[in-house]
Amino acid sequence: MPRVSVGRRRLLNALVLTGSTLAAVTGLAVLVWILADVGIKGAGAVRWSFFTNLPTPPGMSGGGLGNAILGTLVMTVTAAALAVPVGILAGTYLAEFGRGGRFAAVVRLLSDILVSAPSIVVGVFVYLVLVRPMGHFSAWAGAAALAIIMLPVVVRTTEEMLLLVPNAMREAALAMGAPYWKMMFRVIFRASRAGIVTGVMLAVARVAGETAPLLFTSLNAPYWMHGMNEPTANLTVTIFNYAMSPYEDWHALAWGAALLITLSVLIVTTGARLAMRGGGTR
Amino acid sequence: MGGALSRFRSGGDTGFRLLTWCFAASVVALFTLLTVVLWNESLPALRTFGARFLVSTEWNPVRERFGAGIAIMGTLVTTGIAMLVAVPLSLGIAIFLSELAPHRLRTPIGAAVELLAAVPSIVYGMWGLFVVAPLMADTVQPWLGAHLGFLPFFRGPAMGVGMLTAGLILALMIVPYIASVSRDVFLMTPRELKEAGYGLGCTTWEIIRDIVIPHGRKGVMGAVFLGMGRALGETMAVTFVIGNAYHLSWSLFAPGNSIASILANEFTEADGDVYLSSLIGLSLVLFLITFLILGAGQLWLRSLSGGKEA
Repeated sequence: MPRVSVGRRRLLNALVLTGSTLAAVTGLAVLVWILADVGIKGAGAVRWSFFTNLPTPPGMSGGGLGNAILGTLVMTVTAAALAVPVGILAGTYLAEFGRGGRFAAVVRLLSDILVSAPSIVVGVFVYLVLVRPMGHFSAWAGAAALAIIMLPVVVRTTEEMLLLVPNAMREAALAMGAPYWKMMFRVIFRASRAGIVTGVMLAVARVAGETAPLLFTSLNAPYWMHGMNEPTANLTVTIFNYAMSPYEDWHALAWGAALLITLSVLIVTTGARLAMRGGGTR
Repeated sequence: MGGALSRFRSGGDTGFRLLTWCFAASVVALFTLLTVVLWNESLPALRTFGARFLVSTEWNPVRERFGAGIAIMGTLVTTGIAMLVAVPLSLGIAIFLSELAPHRLRTPIGAAVELLAAVPSIVYGMWGLFVVAPLMADTVQPWLGAHLGFLPFFRGPAMGVGMLTAGLILALMIVPYIASVSRDVFLMTPRELKEAGYGLGCTTWEIIRDIVIPHGRKGVMGAVFLGMGRALGETMAVTFVIGNAYHLSWSLFAPGNSIASILANEFTEADGDVYLSSLIGLSLVLFLITFLILGAGQLWLRSLSGGKEA
């Protein structure tokens, strides 16, 4: 090793540590910057009519995004209803029967890849298998796309949470003569309920802010939804359309929608994380 | 009686096991179906244009001539800029969180950085268009042009939207992923090794350079690849600020297009089978690239935790 004076080593050390601290400050500053901009520009648009009214043509005041808020809620809940049961059972296989198995390893790897796979590709896929055969855009297609994005998240969180349940509990239940499925539903799922619920909340928060998979599936609409079989308004695609438009009052509504979606996602995410930390499963 | 009961029980258990197996297999089925459908639907374009589809820079809906060249270039360039900015920034944050920060502050600061990942991408896009792009046009790009204008990358009109802005927004979006995984990897460094280093009189930086980073090398590579996979496929943030133009330029100020932004803008407007098929071909290319990058990242991370458990 070359001989370097203590002074230069200390100087280099100080430089690197300062740089590292600055990096952390930058990260925090960006977070504050985004949240402040969204908060300041969005707060003006959020009033009662924002939640209850339909959008108005540019130039007319009093418009709201009630239909988009409803559409986002309905599609997110539907997506969760589709993805959560499938994801929990698949995660159960990985945690209970697939420890060390090759098939389970493949499922794990594919899930982890799908978690980060481009969501717009999922939109293209759902367009091809649902929208085109049905002949129209629909809330079902939007929910299906969101469900596909949620699924791998739910699978992996369920597995993690089930693995946190001590084996002694499984052995105790089995020793009492319970069949495996009964042990799962009566003991293991109950023991890991808090963890699985928070994992599902994190997954819901993630898809609630997704835009790309909805562009070609639910599309958007300027009216209230009457059913799941028609193009459906939603907050994120509305933000996209309004922000790209040349009208100032539409920009204002888009900032309001951005504030609403960001706040909801951050509140659910932070709440779920705090619950996970204090939940006692760990 | 006992025999009947145990047969009933083992039947129920086999059924339960089979049921969960089916749902686990649905993940594999979904993945396979996705690949097969994209492949089938992009066949018309691949048949028409052959391998030239991947390299041709022509994208002409009127004459129905399509090539993925510009889209792939745009995707790679914006991702490249994002990685150049995000990797040093993320590693800095990870080092701060694992080695420097006071213990009381580590959890809240780490959580705040991870919150950056929870902000929806559409919000990044909108913020990039209305806040960052004007800042780039008025301040950053003129400054870069004045000081680094001898490089071809920093020439041309400062429009705000373009490759550089898209890359910077992407960088901010992937920092939380790279930083949090790297921090976890750094925290896995055995205490004894670090203490031995300090006992020999090493500075903190020397410990990081010679012990923490080599020990977590695979994990950091995995984290970087995960971030890269995210950047490649990110759609909304890029679509807002990339400028949507179909020409190649050395200048990073110039507007461009990425695979994801072309899909977002044109997919619902595609008339004609070849046009639609070409767009699906683009999404197949994107899916395959991210699959390889994310797969490599996952395998690196896996070899790390596998080694630790074994």
